[in-house]
Amino acid sequence: MKTSKKEKGMSKVRILVGTRKGAFVLTSDAKRQQWDINGPHFGGWEMYHLKGSPADPNRLYASQTSSWFGQIIQRSDDGGKTWIQPGTPPGEPTTTPDGMPKGESNKFVYDGVPGTHQWYDGTPHPWEFKRVWHLEPSLTDPDTVYAGVEDAALFRSTDGGQTWQELPELRAAKGNLWQPGAGGMCLHTILLDRSNPERIFIAISAAGVFRTDDAGKTWRPTNRGLKSQYELPDPNAEVGHCVHRIAMHPSRPNVLFMQKHWDVMRSDDTGESWHEVSGNLPTDFGFPIDVHAHEPETIYVVPIKSDSEHYPPDGKLRVYRSRTGGNEWEALTKGLPQQDCYVNVLRDAMAVDSLDPCGVYFGTTGGQVYASVNAGDSWAPIVRDLPAVFSVEVQAVP
Amino acid sequence: MIRVVLPTHLRTLARVDSEVKLDVEGQVTQRSVLDALEARYPMLRGTIRDQVTHQRRPFVRFFACEQDLSHEAPDAPLPDAVATGAEPFLIVGAMAGG
Repeated sequence: MKTSKKEKGMSKVRILVGTRKGAFVLTSDAKRQQWDINGPHFGGWEMYHLKGSPADPNRLYASQTSSWFGQIIQRSDDGGKTWIQPGTPPGEPTTTPDGMPKGESNKFVYDGVPGTHQWYDGTPHPWEFKRVWHLEPSLTDPDTVYAGVEDAALFRSTDGGQTWQELPELRAAKGNLWQPGAGGMCLHTILLDRSNPERIFIAISAAGVFRTDDAGKTWRPTNRGLKSQYELPDPNAEVGHCVHRIAMHPSRPNVLFMQKHWDVMRSDDTGESWHEVSGNLPTDFGFPIDVHAHEPETIYVVPIKSDSEHYPPDGKLRVYRSRTGGNEWEALTKGLPQQDCYVNVLRDAMAVDSLDPCGVYFGTTGGQVYASVNAGDSWAPIVRDLPAVFSVEVQAVP
Repeated sequence: MIRVVLPTHLRTLARVDSEVKLDVEGQVTQRSVLDALEARYPMLRGTIRDQVTHQRRPFVRFFACEQDLSHEAPDAPLPDAVATGAEPFLIVGAMAGG
């Protein structure tokens, strides 16, 4: 779930695209037919995620990362025209008057001694910070933003990304039993509840879904009903499930949708229990899942052949839409390649806008960003040849 | 005056064009050079060595005077040519991944 309510009077749409080799900002007027492509920003760096603040659409946060040089946080206060590392504005001294460094925005340090999680072979493995997968700005305060990181943990900044503090109680929810998925042990989804500021859902691969009802002081696993027959020794284990993505509609925060490693799932009771809604999908493996901006029972997935073959079945790129909250799915193919297509769509690479009709967007590992301005009925590429797309977010802005 | 050459990505982050010149007090070692570098350019903290342990990141290497100094002790003196500024201290992204 990327945007929330039907926004009238919005004159521009801005898409934030994170790729393997830089970030791109795509803009259009509300017709969403002609797009300006701006970028690459931070060329050569892996841009895992960019997202704008719902409280101030010109406040953007970006995760810039590199296996070589680690994690950088970038912030824009002008809608992506210029960027700073928070705490080090351009033109200002990078040290305090007494010569002490100011910049702490790259510093993600686990609270206390983080201990171990499970490694791929089931042996204990120490927690090691690697990168930020997902940034989720507060719904109300532009200076507050959450970061989901690898190795899985949740951090929060309340000063615009200058400093970060872990919410360590999450790891107390059986963190010693979490394990990495193929992409690493990442906290990739953060859902904030508009109706209850104390409630947050997060999802980790491969640990599952966790919920707090007290703003992060305590957490518990909410995975009942998930079955991972080929991934876990106990298929019904409380934690350890490879959840790829969860989504909610802001008007109905008790209903969650999930694309698991295998299986598309649904919960109608704030994650207390889950049931499968894969229905007639050609395969129920995949990564992204999203909800229509104005129809809480309309959801989208992109079926992928299998966990070893990360491409669509039969070489046909098809988004599947259910208007019934799952089980009954229709293939959306108009404008999408229907032969010889072997790209993937990663978990953070789908988004919906809040215009009417609802726009749906997704990016591929082949560098295409596709848009539908009619809720998925037809599609057209905005751009075809970017680096592999990691993430897509969309904003409707005045 | 110590001369430090940064890899392209870190030059961009630090907003410098080519090599960086640093005053380093006391003995010139990897640690003292990196301390001075990070104090002058705090945006580089965490990009070359760990924020907490100060261990070199695995894909970063240190060269000087045609030697690989990556595995030298952080407090070992750097070559005189580096300490006198005759030769630069090179921070290099390891040649991994193509």
